[in-house]
Amino acid sequence: MRYITSYAHIKNNRVSVNGEILFTGTPSAGLPEFLTEAYKALAISYPKFHKMDSLCKLGIVCTEFALKGTNFLTQNPLDKIAIVMSNAASSLETDRHYQDTIKDKSNYFPSPAVFVYTLPNIVIGEIAIKYKTTGENAFFVAEKPDAGLLVNYTETVFQEGTQAAICGWIEVDGNSYEAFIFLAEISGNTNKNSNFKPLNQLTVTELYNKTIWTH
Amino acid sequence: MDALIEKLKGQIIEQLNLVELKPEEINPDSPLFGEGLGLDSIDALELIVLLEKHYGIKIEDPKDGKTIFQSVRTMAEYIKSQGKS
Amino acid sequence: MSQKIYITGLGMISAIGNNVPESLVSLSQSKTGIGKIHHLTTRYKDDFLAGEIKLSNKELADLVNDHNPELNRNSYIAMLAAKEAVQHSGIDTSDGLRTGVISSTTVAGMGKTEMYYKELFEKDEHLGVLDTHDCGDSTERIADFLGNVDYVTTISTACSSAANAIMLGCRMIKNGLLDRAVVGGVDALSKFTFNGFNTLMILDKEWCKPFDENRKGLNLGEGAAFLVIEGEEALKKRNGKALAEIVGYANTNDAYHQTASSPEGYGAKLAIEKALAMSGLKPEEIDYINMHGTGTPNNDLSEGTATKAVFGDKLPKFSSTKAFTGHTLAASASIEAVISVLSMQNSMIFPNLNFTTPIAELNMVPETTLVNMPVNTVLSNSFGFGGNCSSLIFKKV
Repeated sequence: MRYITSYAHIKNNRVSVNGEILFTGTPSAGLPEFLTEAYKALAISYPKFHKMDSLCKLGIVCTEFALKGTNFLTQNPLDKIAIVMSNAASSLETDRHYQDTIKDKSNYFPSPAVFVYTLPNIVIGEIAIKYKTTGENAFFVAEKPDAGLLVNYTETVFQEGTQAAICGWIEVDGNSYEAFIFLAEISGNTNKNSNFKPLNQLTVTELYNKTIWTH
Repeated sequence: MDALIEKLKGQIIEQLNLVELKPEEINPDSPLFGEGLGLDSIDALELIVLLEKHYGIKIEDPKDGKTIFQSVRTMAEYIKSQGKS
Repeated sequence: MSQKIYITGLGMISAIGNNVPESLVSLSQSKTGIGKIHHLTTRYKDDFLAGEIKLSNKELADLVNDHNPELNRNSYIAMLAAKEAVQHSGIDTSDGLRTGVISSTTVAGMGKTEMYYKELFEKDEHLGVLDTHDCGDSTERIADFLGNVDYVTTISTACSSAANAIMLGCRMIKNGLLDRAVVGGVDALSKFTFNGFNTLMILDKEWCKPFDENRKGLNLGEGAAFLVIEGEEALKKRNGKALAEIVGYANTNDAYHQTASSPEGYGAKLAIEKALAMSGLKPEEIDYINMHGTGTPNNDLSEGTATKAVFGDKLPKFSSTKAFTGHTLAASASIEAVISVLSMQNSMIFPNLNFTTPIAELNMVPETTLVNMPVNTVLSNSFGFGGNCSSLIFKKV
């Protein structure tokens, strides 16, 4: 049996974890400022954070919030933790940024540090590097958040030996962004908790849709 | 030389997005890589871009970076040696 | 419950040929497809070599028989390769069996978008290119022309993308969600990619030298390749013929750096071991390894170290075929899957071109000329940015 043992949702400059708003950033802040505020609120020291693009920063912040207070990383073998992510815009935001560094012949300075982030799965790489997980990883580009896609794929890797997974939707496109990450574990590794919901398409959709922000 | 070192510190912080660092916190003789600032291979490439952008110096072989980028001072000395400061 | 998965169709277009038969000729005659750039407009045209498909966009449009100005090079080559695979397999998607299309790409429509990017801020004339920019666009087009497709998705995990698409296809069939799937990847050359790889300083201005001590970097390539894979039940139902079997696969993360591999190739080693474990084969039962072998100082040392750690002194014959095709990014794993099947079908091990001196730390010598010998099992590696490591194992039927 697999359970969703924690989930975090970030939207409109607010962070909600397991259904409760844990952090509210400055409402008028743009995404870069909000991400800095959220990082500070987490009170972690991870200098590499500042070099990341917005997609990776959002992924790290959301994952960090979802992991907070859990034993996810210690009760599951690191090489059996999978990461399954998805979004619609791929790395488009950073692609545009990179294109800006090469579009002008008279001010032509392509940036290697920006280019590194012009792939959507780098966010998986950053999560794996930070938490040292070496399990399966996949990134899907889909039109919209698709609980079925994530759950089916995650279930499959569980059947082949994975014991825990970090899954979700991380999207950045211009001023529009959203992150929804849930942690799934096999029942044997979790602290017995009757509040944990089973991992299936219905519960993932339900948790994602839980409206905790009204504006 | 000191003015160039101070200017370089600011440029390095900007180019590498070292948001949590102030220029006075960078020791011009501390190693930039490994210990010290703990920069990585992508940072080395960005420093190559910095040299071209601000000083018109082009480095063709990334391996040359090992000696040039040892510290802020060695960077400054290299720039001066190219007559580009 | 877990049925066998067979490969029943192959399709491929790259610098070494516009279809599978042409590719086989190039491979068996040691004819590289890497050379000067002719079709892509880039400031690096005269500085770098690339594995370019030897057809212009107009010629590709003619072949596909679609002159919709919104189409881009990625869509043309994806459709050509997918069509070839489907025709080769003989499947009929209207026969009631469930078919999926699982593709992968990193470039997507960038080739066209970058041409009109600046202009789009001023006028709308080419706004249509935005419609075909998405990673999923070429996948949808393949599904559209196939018809009766039950599942469509697109994976984007850098250079291991197509391997992961192949794996997903296998898993969906094994789990009873599909009966068969068209799986693979596509990436055309673009200015964006050239600029980016150049700024990472991992391109070789000359012909790349995979696994050579004096290697300097990779040559970019472009291409598309697809396999038709079917579960044994579906294959029996339609009386199809298997070309090869997929007996093992694995995916791991190196957890080391965004674009560099760990010195000991930890993620790679894990992926190879897991794929072997799944296949039930012992290391010494692998006849040939088609390496990821991009020709960069970092990859080849890391991959070599990982391979040695797994195989010890029982290292099978190996080669990187990227000195033939260039590094085709998302398409590379499916191109190399096609090459692996050709290797088994024709009892040939294709050479690691442009090799002179083994890497000092490893002392591993690849095959440098065509080897004629039975090949029953092939291990194919694909390692992507983001630490994404995938290994596939194929078996002759």
